[in-house]
Amino acid sequence: MDYNKLIPERISSMKPSGIRRFFDIAQTVKGVISLSVGEPDFKTPWEARKEAINILERGKTAYTANSGLMELRKAVCGYLKDFIHTEYDPATEVIITVGGSEAIDLAVRALIEDGDEVLVPEPSFVCYAPIVRMMGGVPVPIVTKAEDKFKLTAAALKEKITPRTKLLFLPYPNNPTGAVMRRADLEAIADVLRETNIVVAADEIYAEMTYNGEKHVSIAEIDGMKERTLVISGFSKTYAMTGWRLGYTAGPAPIIKQMLKLHQYCIMSSPTVSQYAAIAAIQKCRADVEHMISEYDMRRRLCVKNFNDMGLECFEPEGAFYVFPCIRSTGMTSEEFCQKLVFEKKVAVVPGNAFGESGEGFVRVSYAYSIAHLESAFTRIREFIGK
Amino acid sequence: MNTTKLLDVLRQNARLSNSEIAVMLGETEQAVADEITRLEREGIIMGYSAIIDEEKADDNAVTAMIELKMTPIKDRGFDDLAHTIMSYEEIDSVFLLSGPYDLMVTISGTSLRNVALFVSERLAVLDGVISTTTHFILRRYKEKHHVFNEELYDERDMISP
Repeated sequence: MDYNKLIPERISSMKPSGIRRFFDIAQTVKGVISLSVGEPDFKTPWEARKEAINILERGKTAYTANSGLMELRKAVCGYLKDFIHTEYDPATEVIITVGGSEAIDLAVRALIEDGDEVLVPEPSFVCYAPIVRMMGGVPVPIVTKAEDKFKLTAAALKEKITPRTKLLFLPYPNNPTGAVMRRADLEAIADVLRETNIVVAADEIYAEMTYNGEKHVSIAEIDGMKERTLVISGFSKTYAMTGWRLGYTAGPAPIIKQMLKLHQYCIMSSPTVSQYAAIAAIQKCRADVEHMISEYDMRRRLCVKNFNDMGLECFEPEGAFYVFPCIRSTGMTSEEFCQKLVFEKKVAVVPGNAFGESGEGFVRVSYAYSIAHLESAFTRIREFIGK
Repeated sequence: MNTTKLLDVLRQNARLSNSEIAVMLGETEQAVADEITRLEREGIIMGYSAIIDEEKADDNAVTAMIELKMTPIKDRGFDDLAHTIMSYEEIDSVFLLSGPYDLMVTISGTSLRNVALFVSERLAVLDGVISTTTHFILRRYKEKHHVFNEELYDERDMISP
């Protein structure tokens, strides 16, 4: 067999995630304290787990409707109405997906063909560009900067728009920077987009995790934007349900209809037990969510203070559960810093360049960890910097 | 100042500095110091102590939980006897409980024999004590949210999205 001949160039040239690559290195070291995990350290709230147990006991194990249980779609629409003040029709404008990741994949596959340009603010989550390339599209990075608090600015956006631009990813609150877009920031972006035919894929998976008082604002709720926005979110981060693999997307019916065909052929329907648990999550787990967010907020403040005190300049993130300190003062590259830190002091953090070239000079630190865990990691990093 | 949150933080780790707590709660260091002083003065915070795996710290250490059944006294209930028992230095804690027995007493000692003798010679003989049942702790799994005998265990992948 000649496997090389077998694999299309589009696939073989796809680079594995930089996060994964660093994981392989870190895994060889024993006794590592990790600050690298991109998932909550909390367990799924009990009410959601209990509902899953009930559903299994009652033997509800069949497929659901392709786009998901109607009851769940209604619950999601009710939630979105409260949370981002935007109304969606559960019958035609929502799909329950296998995590937010599937919704991202569906959006790109439904919209992108050869030569289409897709704008991707960077640093950002690792999956956008590879999926775009797989469809023959051209990912166009838009560099966001620490001095702009890693927000996407209207000027930077305008500069990258061409007649081939079809899609803009808007991943805020942002992984890895923790940046958020406030209403005024979004108004400016909307002003640029309103006259175009560009669709926004708003990856809002961390939307509940915003701090400093103001709640998340979605670009979908800005005037004239609902018709050109796919809101992508899920249950993983908000309800600590990563392993349940459940997300959703809400957007204009003509796009959702096409995405649903893809979903139907490759997934059929999202996991049934997870869907029932998700209904309970939305209806009964508000207090758990509030508790988790308030815990994250305390850790966030603690992280920012500690890194700044160490001399690793750290902008104050207002969303997600990451801080993104700058490590240039050490004279090391992101990769060097992370490798040395893991080998010498056994602390794993993720090199910023895993999230796009503009992440060079930074590292991503997750604070989805207990205070005790964070404190012991800080001590080690302090020793590392000190020498 | 969010006192509930402050107490939560202290419950988890009382060794954090006031400045760290202040950062976590978004308060000034002075405000945190003042609030802690108030809580101490009002007896809401009774003190600070370490959670120690006693058996690990000392091979011979033993801890026992002792159930006591007692005769209550009119108008005084179990208070007199509870006060007598809690005045013994060897006793760590004394709780009045609902259910089939009345007091739960914990005691630490340097050997099973010492503890057993203490119970039979000092506790069981007290006026009003009807019976005692002594349970020795064989293994500590979890105490005040701290899990014992376990590395910082994390079932999540070391690194993920």
